[in-house]
Amino acid sequence: MGKRFIAIWFRHLTTDRMVRSQPELKDIPFVLSAPERGRMVIKAANIAAQEKGIQVNMVVADCRAIHPTLQVFDYQPGQAEKLLNALAEWCLRYTPVVATDLPEGLILDISGCAHLWGGERPYLKELLTKLRGYGYDVRAAIADTVGTAWAVSRFGQVSPIVASASQMEVLLPLPPAALRLEQSTLERLDKLGLHQISSFITMPRKALRRRFGQGLLSRLDQALGQEYEVIQPIQPAEPYQERLPSLEPIRTAKGIEIALSQLLEKLCLRLAKEGKGVRKCIFKCYRIDGNVQQIEIGTNQSSRNVRHLFKLFELKIATIAPALGIEVFTIEAPIVEDTSVIQDALWDFTEGGNGTAIAELLDRIAGKLGVGSIHRYLPDEHYWPERSLKVASSLAEMSETCWRTDIPRPIHLLPQPETIDVTVPMPDYPPMLFNYKGVLHHVKKADGPERIEQEWWLQQGLYRDYYCIEDEQGARYWLFRLGSYDSGEPKWFMHGFFA
Amino acid sequence: MQPAKHDIIQQLQREVLSLQRHKGISGQQLHTGWGDIDKAFPGHTFPLGAVHEFISTNKENAAATNGFMAGLVGKLMQQSKQVLWISTKRTLFPPALNMFGIAPERIVFIDLCKQKEVLWAIEEALKCNALSVVIGELSELSFTESRRLQLAVEQSRVTGFIHRYNPRTENTVACVTRWKISHLASEMNGMPGVGFPKWNVALLKVRNGRPGTWQIEWSAGGFKQIAPQAFSISEMLQRKAG
Repeated sequence: MGKRFIAIWFRHLTTDRMVRSQPELKDIPFVLSAPERGRMVIKAANIAAQEKGIQVNMVVADCRAIHPTLQVFDYQPGQAEKLLNALAEWCLRYTPVVATDLPEGLILDISGCAHLWGGERPYLKELLTKLRGYGYDVRAAIADTVGTAWAVSRFGQVSPIVASASQMEVLLPLPPAALRLEQSTLERLDKLGLHQISSFITMPRKALRRRFGQGLLSRLDQALGQEYEVIQPIQPAEPYQERLPSLEPIRTAKGIEIALSQLLEKLCLRLAKEGKGVRKCIFKCYRIDGNVQQIEIGTNQSSRNVRHLFKLFELKIATIAPALGIEVFTIEAPIVEDTSVIQDALWDFTEGGNGTAIAELLDRIAGKLGVGSIHRYLPDEHYWPERSLKVASSLAEMSETCWRTDIPRPIHLLPQPETIDVTVPMPDYPPMLFNYKGVLHHVKKADGPERIEQEWWLQQGLYRDYYCIEDEQGARYWLFRLGSYDSGEPKWFMHGFFA
Repeated sequence: MQPAKHDIIQQLQREVLSLQRHKGISGQQLHTGWGDIDKAFPGHTFPLGAVHEFISTNKENAAATNGFMAGLVGKLMQQSKQVLWISTKRTLFPPALNMFGIAPERIVFIDLCKQKEVLWAIEEALKCNALSVVIGELSELSFTESRRLQLAVEQSRVTGFIHRYNPRTENTVACVTRWKISHLASEMNGMPGVGFPKWNVALLKVRNGRPGTWQIEWSAGGFKQIAPQAFSISEMLQRKAG
């Protein structure tokens, strides 16, 4: 099936936007201006102003002479682009491939979409009625190529819908500007009296290339469909995506839940066929006022269990603000991974089943409280206590090395060692007394020292001499001395508590 | 006549226990190795599938409590089941768990910021019957919250340990037991160095059982009850008198 494109032209994009936010400006001539080479130059004018003969690129002072009560507002650079992006996002409800066409247009790839609205004519009418309803002065055209759609939307006089493979007839009477040419080329064509495409389209290509450059030829080919034109969609198509349009705008949580479960079933059915599972999933709600609400979940283990995925989303449904209603729901899975079929079949009966139940619990916790809150530790080959363990990246990850069990380690380890004051009878002896947070402890029993050297390839510094200490109350501590008594007074630290 | 009466009383006791929702887990028993301490519990076994409360008031006792809990968890962990340890500001050092018979990689730690989140996570975890034990560290627990936890374990038969560090009040909660563990000087019998961990274990409350206080030592990978030394008390008295 051939491609079909719509080109939409917003004739007064920025001024229409102003009128939308300030309806009292509707019938008043006003312009948007910006400083340029020390003068205020008009960047956009509304219809009322244009009727008075005020055009873009005129100087504000001249226009004030034409129309003394002209309203002048500041032009905001970048606003048109922002507006177009927002409008393009809004258009995603009509087709998944929408591109912006600066400075004042949109291009929609509607191949295979129009029949959902009952044909191209109702489709175009629906689109234009909605946009005009928002107050935008728009023109649009449908054609086989981007170039022809663009040309007809700007310069077409007859019908906005160009039948398939009839680009040539439609283009012939249009001016050369319809081909999106550079200003210098247009001026040269004008000088030679070529005011219509028909007057030069039949000329030999060699002559055209010599006089006007490759640009003209390639624009011509693009319009006629002999050269493929790539458009840059604002949202790249997701390979795993499902859509659900709703007959009437949906505003209730129950309605959203139904839509979500339907979409999840569709998605999981497809994933099951391909033997894949979701690691990350995004649920988007397109509201009728143009806003898009979305919620996102991640899983610890690839999953295509509808009930489980639904539960993960369920926690976040409350954050969706439906406002006036949601008209299209989509679900997409940007990250999918292979899942084994066997595990799926033996869901709840084996050890794997246990793993799944725990993974699902952890997904719920991660979904509500953040992935960063879940830790699982594996031994790491370091002597330095803080580095003797590492965080495992998944539930199934196992380590090749074993935990060291030959030396005692405290059950509580302070995140930062805390300084203490000690009284030591002799260097290299455990302390007799130590003062921790204002409480004096008399040491009754002690073990040590256990010397742990710095790992010089990671960090420079003094070694630590660790002592296990029991005070007169029977409480057990892990203290260390940083460095030795040879180089002045070393510092002592409290680092942990034994059970 | 006498044995028959004994049987009837035992039968009635069992019925009362079952009415009080003390079910235990069929086919699973915790072999604590505590000897006569087990007699303090209903049915002479450590109650599983219930929520236990531990209270500690300072850092040293918190470490002792976590050590004692780790010992229990080590005894409880089955081959295939995992353990969740949910806390805020956790200082527990996983490598130390090896000493209590736990492979640290089989514990999943959930480190949260707020007490509210901890409560939610504990409740969700207690509902998941793929876990064997859930340990929660928090300071405040109201009666209503504890009852929610109790209801969750009645469905799933998961055992819950709640470690309350420095609570504002020791309010009544719906847990089956309340424990207070404090450290005791280890015994070396004249040898130098620090000995095995030794605790004063106070069972303050136990539903359908008899509270008591014991001295327990963790040695050779198991709990060992130690008879309190009589002379130490007389020594104390002497000092006071002097």
